[in-house]
Amino acid sequence: MSDLFSDVFLGALFFGAVTAAIPLLLAGLGEQMSEKAGVLNIGIEGMMIAGAYAGFLGAYYSESLWLGFATGAFGGIVVASIMVLLCVRFGLNQIVIGIGLTLGFEGLTALLHHFQFSRTYPRLPAADVTVVPYLSDIPILGPALFKHHLVVYLAVLLVFVLAFVYRRMQLGLNLQAAGDKPAALDVAGVDVVRTRAFAVFTTGALAGLGGAYLANIGAGIFVPFITNGAGFLGIVLAMLARGRPFWVLCGALLFGVCLSLTTALQVAGINIPTDVIQMIPFLAVMAMLIMFGRKSSLPAALGIPYERGAR
Amino acid sequence: MSSETGSATHGQMPLKKPGSAIAHRLVLTIGPILIALILGGLILLALGVDPIKYYGYVIQRGLLSPTGIQQTLTRMAPLLFLAAGLIVAFRAGVWNLGADGQFLLAAVIAAASAPYLADFMPSWLAVIIAFVLSTAVAVIWSLVPALLRAYQGVNEIITTLMMTFLGVSLANVLVKLVFLDPSTTVPQTRTLPVADRLPRLFDTTISSGLIFGLIAIVAVHLMMTRTAFGLKLRIVGANTRAAIHSGLSVPHLTVAVFALSAGLCGMAGAIDILGVQGNVRADWNPAYGLTVIPMVFLARFNGFASIAFVLLLSVLSIGGESAARRLGVPTVFTLLLVAIVLIVLAIAEYIDHRHNQAAKA
Repeated sequence: MSDLFSDVFLGALFFGAVTAAIPLLLAGLGEQMSEKAGVLNIGIEGMMIAGAYAGFLGAYYSESLWLGFATGAFGGIVVASIMVLLCVRFGLNQIVIGIGLTLGFEGLTALLHHFQFSRTYPRLPAADVTVVPYLSDIPILGPALFKHHLVVYLAVLLVFVLAFVYRRMQLGLNLQAAGDKPAALDVAGVDVVRTRAFAVFTTGALAGLGGAYLANIGAGIFVPFITNGAGFLGIVLAMLARGRPFWVLCGALLFGVCLSLTTALQVAGINIPTDVIQMIPFLAVMAMLIMFGRKSSLPAALGIPYERGAR
Repeated sequence: MSSETGSATHGQMPLKKPGSAIAHRLVLTIGPILIALILGGLILLALGVDPIKYYGYVIQRGLLSPTGIQQTLTRMAPLLFLAAGLIVAFRAGVWNLGADGQFLLAAVIAAASAPYLADFMPSWLAVIIAFVLSTAVAVIWSLVPALLRAYQGVNEIITTLMMTFLGVSLANVLVKLVFLDPSTTVPQTRTLPVADRLPRLFDTTISSGLIFGLIAIVAVHLMMTRTAFGLKLRIVGANTRAAIHSGLSVPHLTVAVFALSAGLCGMAGAIDILGVQGNVRADWNPAYGLTVIPMVFLARFNGFASIAFVLLLSVLSIGGESAARRLGVPTVFTLLLVAIVLIVLAIAEYIDHRHNQAAKA
């Protein structure tokens, strides 16, 4: 057992946990903003996979990870713009369009990848990391938490920025109103469609960024269907977090530890099917829901398209 | 377009004749499908594949060739059960997104129990018991989201999604650790011999599961539209408050909807194993549920229309699988096509809706 909890093992475990958590964090934060504004964004998986592919292409051809992140976010925004047009502007059913976008972009990226790379899977060079001075000297945790790509710290910083936006800024209040009582927001002279569109575009950018991180840094490679339900996990995180960005971070880290535990245990020579460990976070969440399950505080107008003057 | 001529000549809503209403629906359904096929063809063209050749091959292999049509009809069986399960839930306002987990768990239970039971009882009885057993497991699996939704008001989208992730993992654990066939090196369950599986129809290779699937979806359609129970479910789906006011026990009905929906999704898994697959390999997950959801939406939760859309999906996927081998277009193109059909149809619906409103005003 002493082997199992060696410094190397713990270091790898926590490093992997952060790497696995970041895409979930970005997806969860994005979904949270959409849901706050009253749009149930089932298409987030499609936004992530589009971001993953666009991000990978950007990084592969420009040989710059930052350009890859930019193209990834742009890929997510492109998918988001379809969602904005159909669900926010036209008021079509958000679940139908969301599932359509997810299926469509999973299919499209796999198809494009097939025709572009056939069966080769080119690999990106390892990402350069930003070492946080002093903090990274802490034993075990230091290298695991403070030797990541700069984008990781920015993602964590975003949690606090969003918490500030939601609690202290007019924009946060507008978003909340768009989800809870859009008619009131309309009467107050704020464009509901524009507010919701802003939220969905932001979701697209964040989900695309998350997808790009997943492909470019998490895996260093793009394979079809690489997101593998990460977007849906984002939906779960957003709903559990009940509007609080900090809770999304906690949830993402919990899932990240469990995802990383599988690989870490295999490295340590203990062979448990990955499926057993992948069940842990869901079991934990379901147990929490059963024990503390009460009316979840979802926005009142979630999933209901806004039509001015409709009764 | 009856409403167009009506509003132009009389300046009011036209009297709806049943025939013209159906024709209107057909135009509104087939038109967008054609547009979606054209859009898909343009994508193929951009990728350097001849779309005429591709679609011709898909229709030839999925619908016209004898082996193709038999495969297509066999594929329809589990999809029809899934569609039936989803219609019950969606019409009652329950967003059961956990079909894939329920499907897969039931499939594993069917694959594990049928060969075992067949050792010491007649195979027809073994198949029936395996079918009932796996259906029961799927129902039990849906109990947690059902009770949470019914008595705690916890959103079922999140719980069923989580139960899907859990169910897929649990199914894999069961295949790899518990129901492993010791006689093969590949991690999979024991295989039900072809002779013990569901009988085939007449002299074809079509599994009789197709008949059961058709019965299931027609029964569900009639239940939802022609019975008091179905009416109660639709009231709950349309307006929960009104349902409470009219004295319906909403929690009980919600649990009943979950049980029916998950049971039918479980039957889909059982029918696929007992009729076609015979065993479950590790990491096998066809994810039919996610592709059937668009189909029942396209059919507007109508059972008979769902049969047509499931047929379309089966032709596209069986034909697409052949085309993948011959023309080098990966099967994911089918996924893309389904998505385009879904989105174009939704837009057509929107335009029609706006058009009707303009005619009213």
